Amino acid sequence: MFKKIHDPSPNSVTVHVDGMPVCAEPGENAATVLLRQAELWVRTTPVSEKRRAPYCMMGVCFDCLALVDGALVQTCLAPVRDGMTIERQLGRRSVAS
Amino acid sequence: MTRRVDLLIVGAGPAGMSAAVAARQYGLDVLVVDEQPVPGGQIWRNIEAVCGTPREKILGKAYSEGLWTVRRFRASGAAYEPATQVWQIEPGPRVLMTRDKIASSVEAGAVLLATGAQERPAPFPGWTLPGVMTVGAAQIVIKTAGQIPDEPVWIAGSGPLPLLYAVQLLKAGGRIAGYLDTTQKGRWMSALPRFATAAAGAPLDMLKGILWLATLRRRVRYISNVSEIEAIGDNAMERLRYVTASGKSETVYARLLLVHEGLVPTIHPTLALGCTHQWNSDQDSYAADLDCWGETSQNGVFVAGDGAGIGGAKAACLRGEIAATGIALKAGVIDDQQAARLARPLRARLARALSARPFLDSLYRPRRSIFVPSDETVACRCEEVNVAGVRAEAARAGRPGPNQIKAFTRAGMGPCQGRQCNYTVANILADAEGRETPDVGLYRVRPPFKPLTLRELATLDSRDAG
Amino acid sequence: MTMSKTDVVVIGGGLHGLSAALHLARAGKAVSILERSWVGRHASGATAAGVRTLNRHLAEVPISLEAMDMWHNIESIVGDHCGFHAHGQINVAEFESHLPVLQKRVSTMQAAGYDHEELIDRDELLRLVPTISPHVTAALIARGDGAADPHRTIAAFRRAAEAAGVAIIEGARVTAIERDRGDDWTIRTEVGTYAAPVVINVAGAWAADIAAMAGDDIPLGHKASMMIVTERIAPLLKPVVSVVGRPLSFKQSDQGTLVIGGGLQGKADIPAQKSFVDFNELAKGARAATDLFPCVGPLRIVRSWAGMEAKTEDYLPVIGVSPNVDGIYHVFGFSGHGFQLVPVVGAIMADLIVRGSTGRKIEAFAPSRLMEQRHVA
Ligand SMILES: Cc1cc2nc3c(=O)[nH]c(=O)nc-3n(C[C@H](O)[C@H](O)[C@H](O)COP(=O)(O)OP(=O)(O)OC[C@H]3O[C@@H](n4cnc5c(N)ncnc54)[C@H](O)[C@@H]3O)c2cc1C
Ligand code: FES
Repeated sequence: MFKKIHDPSPNSVTVHVDGMPVCAEPGENAATVLLRQAELWVRTTPVSEKRRAPYCMMGVCFDCLALVDGALVQTCLAPVRDGMTIERQLGRRSVAS
Repeated sequence: MTRRVDLLIVGAGPAGMSAAVAARQYGLDVLVVDEQPVPGGQIWRNIEAVCGTPREKILGKAYSEGLWTVRRFRASGAAYEPATQVWQIEPGPRVLMTRDKIASSVEAGAVLLATGAQERPAPFPGWTLPGVMTVGAAQIVIKTAGQIPDEPVWIAGSGPLPLLYAVQLLKAGGRIAGYLDTTQKGRWMSALPRFATAAAGAPLDMLKGILWLATLRRRVRYISNVSEIEAIGDNAMERLRYVTASGKSETVYARLLLVHEGLVPTIHPTLALGCTHQWNSDQDSYAADLDCWGETSQNGVFVAGDGAGIGGAKAACLRGEIAATGIALKAGVIDDQQAARLARPLRARLARALSARPFLDSLYRPRRSIFVPSDETVACRCEEVNVAGVRAEAARAGRPGPNQIKAFTRAGMGPCQGRQCNYTVANILADAEGRETPDVGLYRVRPPFKPLTLRELATLDSRDAG
Repeated sequence: MTMSKTDVVVIGGGLHGLSAALHLARAGKAVSILERSWVGRHASGATAAGVRTLNRHLAEVPISLEAMDMWHNIESIVGDHCGFHAHGQINVAEFESHLPVLQKRVSTMQAAGYDHEELIDRDELLRLVPTISPHVTAALIARGDGAADPHRTIAAFRRAAEAAGVAIIEGARVTAIERDRGDDWTIRTEVGTYAAPVVINVAGAWAADIAAMAGDDIPLGHKASMMIVTERIAPLLKPVVSVVGRPLSFKQSDQGTLVIGGGLQGKADIPAQKSFVDFNELAKGARAATDLFPCVGPLRIVRSWAGMEAKTEDYLPVIGVSPNVDGIYHVFGFSGHGFQLVPVVGAIMADLIVRGSTGRKIEAFAPSRLMEQRHVA
């Protein structure tokens, strides 16, 4: 749904979105990476399992919650890091191992 | 493991940075924390990285200007801890925060909340669908990631921000499918008496606005007097329906809709702290009650910037400097006379910086359906409670307040803690009960007011014990 | 202002007020509830809503067991299941050294003729709560115990009470209780005046003030118990888990949130009706939770609060008629464990007020026990 307006940066990093490696740039966050993916959604809600995508990008709506390195966090507040894993969250997450 | 500083500033935007610079000049020991990884706040997000790149031109001069403030802040000698979330403030003041998954507390001579504003929650049918985002969010995406929509986008809203973003988007090579101006019919007439003051106080800003408007009307499909919008789709937005004041309705293909209906001050921290708040009827929102230095009803806790009332970056910087002066006065670094003398020019400049506000507030006053949306609209995004559910509960027992609605419908109990439905629930209750919104009140804010995990909270135990 | 005449005035719209009113109305009395703010505003809405007989004081066991039977039939009493599930309450011994505590409790209960609490070994505990940390050793369980949904319970009791004819007046703060003419008490509120021969004081943390208005001096402390609610997660455990020697009560709600309490105390300003979370204290609860259930460490806390309630010296409630003044009944001081007793205490009040006596064992709860102590001292 979104695209970069500049050429890929030379110091780009690799993150994994639902297991797939994708390029990311230092300074951006997990939500902006998710916004570049073919499907525009980051989770389904714990209440009705409807799809949601980032809405406010400034930490106030919590609709961008997804699993980053195993923790369900606001992706718009999670700066990317080389090797980071980002997973869409389906409904309520399970912590039981 | 409690640290002590003279002044703890929450937020490294225009107000927080300016206050830090001023407070350092008064010789105070200052710590600035912010949840973002870099300084700048919302308006100057990521500015150090963007300056010097082509993106700087797209974002414009008001953005680039921020670099000067960021540099002065970096050089000020204030301690700066980014990526830190403050989640509770207790009387004292004592501030609880988390950084790198470790919770800690700081005792401060004074706390300055420079936490800015959020976009006004503007519910309409379909506003939770993927594909609906705020204009502010889309602008942040340009600033932090150099990203724009990859297909023509619809913009619906009112206020300077959507105009600015639309112009930036065109400069960046983006395409706009249509611009739905939701400014109410007739607002121009009501705002007109305030135009002269605005034009005299901020001629350049007013001119800029008029030019943006002219550009848009020339280059994109521009539809005025839009009174209703609806996002339609199943898993994501597929179509957009809008209705104009004259009753014309159209349904169009749309995958991305950006919405904006103004800003409201951030009040979560001051609500959690139990500060008294005042209703601002010009901006249809609350802000903490402040004295002339920006001090709240809680001793030693100050607010500056848009958190004190929407005023823009210039006003935020000045409010930050005024608060720093008040804090220096309270700390005994300067006396009453010095403080008054130092503040006088700042106050004069603040008055000028705010001179366009009455005009803008009046012109861009949101339409009624923003406050009291139709029954099928989701009011609480987190717990998925719609307007009808809130109304049904309101009708049941006599005159329930927001806290009862929360207890019995779960609206406001989700992760955003009511940041997206607080005003909506208050407005619906006011409407249903024939009361004024400020008489209805808001939800009680329960700590922690920013996310904190159980493990992070547990670190507070081991550290304080050790 | 007009004077409303009724048979019984109930001061306090918490669950105990609703339950007493419901049972009295069903016994044919005209009842009005006067509530200062709104029904369920305080302890009844802030509660962990554990439905627990486990580890109760012996004096409470008889009425608690009867209340438990009522909870198992709660739908037939109030027309709604109240979100009640009987998945058991479990008190865990983390270390060998805690085992004697459990063994002693079991023998005390057996000696008193009760068999609803049993000792289970580590294997059974891990079978019932597979997600608990494996360092635990054994546990005490009451299998018929469980938990309910507090707001659903309030809504159900309220609906049932109203259907039985109870008048609920919210926003009615009682400012004075006077006896001027005849057998009636005059109860003054900010919104109207009420008259009734019988008054029940169920004013929770503020019950000592109401008692004083009627002429009874009952010393009362208070609690400000704190709770944590997390984000919603997939099913993690069914029973309610507590642990020996640590402040923890741990359970999962129907919505999927974890509800964590255990009696950790915040701060309260009772006259101002304000309570405050003490995070240094609450951190101990978070530590206990993450020690017993390490997998919950990364869960976000969505909110926390402290709820205000009255506490007596002996941690037993006050249930009974005033020894000093006619027609005044006291029901308060549940000291942090009154939710479970709600259905039965209402029935006791109906006994006392309609029949003048009750067959249920309530001697230990007589208001006079606290008042006499004061006189001796
Ligand atoms: C955090 C917490 C956790 C708990 N966990 C459990 C548990 O797991 N299991 C369990 O069994 N129990 C538990 N309890 C205890 C249980 O919730 C209480 O014992 C029970 O809800 C008490 O009900 P109540 O009606 O007496 O009090 P409340 O619900 O406090 O009602 C008293 C009412 O009186 C009103 N009032 C006061 N003064 C006046 C006045 N002057 N005029 C008019 N109205 C007035 C108040 O506004 C209030 O609504 C817990 C309590 C707390 C706070
Ligand atoms: S997009 Fe709103 S919190 Fe991240």
